Amino acid sequence: MTESSVSPGPIVLWLSSRFENLELGQAVLEYVCRVRGIENDAEHWIGVALREALANAIKHGNRQDPARRVMLSLGGSADDLEIIVGDEGEGFETAAVADPLAPENQMKTSGRGIFYMKTFMDDVTFSRGARGGTVLTMRKHLGGDQKKGVQTR
Amino acid sequence: MKTTVTSRDVGDIKIVELHGKITIGAGDLQMREAIHAAVNGGATKLLVDMKDVTTIDSSGVGELVGCYTTATNKGAKLKLVNLPPKISDVLTVTQLITVFDVFTNEKDALASF
Repeated sequence: MTESSVSPGPIVLWLSSRFENLELGQAVLEYVCRVRGIENDAEHWIGVALREALANAIKHGNRQDPARRVMLSLGGSADDLEIIVGDEGEGFETAAVADPLAPENQMKTSGRGIFYMKTFMDDVTFSRGARGGTVLTMRKHLGGDQKKGVQTR
Repeated sequence: MKTTVTSRDVGDIKIVELHGKITIGAGDLQMREAIHAAVNGGATKLLVDMKDVTTIDSSGVGELVGCYTTATNKGAKLKLVNLPPKISDVLTVTQLITVFDVFTNEKDALASF
């Protein structure tokens, strides 16, 4: 099967809650980006968001319990890349997440992961899974501006 | 690319060179251990060279902030040099780029201490 004949997805993986599996998720993302023609700069920032999502699911969702799994789905349409990450944890309130840009939080050593996801992706939503846990859905539009990197300067 | 941390001395300045990913469960802890070891060993001038850093995540950024705080609290100065554009972007969006002293080359960084 050639890459050009591969369906855009979704590709679904169930990962044990180990940080080593971030590399597996990243490798699958790189494959999907290559197949879909997503250029390197965009792939880099999507990869940063993906790693944050998986790390959150492993650390905060599943409490690094290897018996609990993280679901990763990479799919979407011709116009966007959709990444879904689900964990088997207790769930959390996104409203309780502090703003990392607030002066009182600037020098904290944690609390920036969701901010990075929202910065580098076009749409980020959280919901409760059908069997509990948190389901994170992120989208990156692949229209004319998909080749943009993060605009910071 | 496997994460490695090396260090060298230029006069009384300790240069900590990071290579590879500074991410959760990998380079973040290596970076912290190296910088804490330098500070605990009496270094008061630390320059973190990030030229070969390929990726940094929120854990890596958090550890960098923690190292800065640790160094400052012990009377040491911690500065950054040779940030690749994408690493600089990650620090910029969280406005941390204004917290650190950042240099584009080692010569200027060394002269700043």
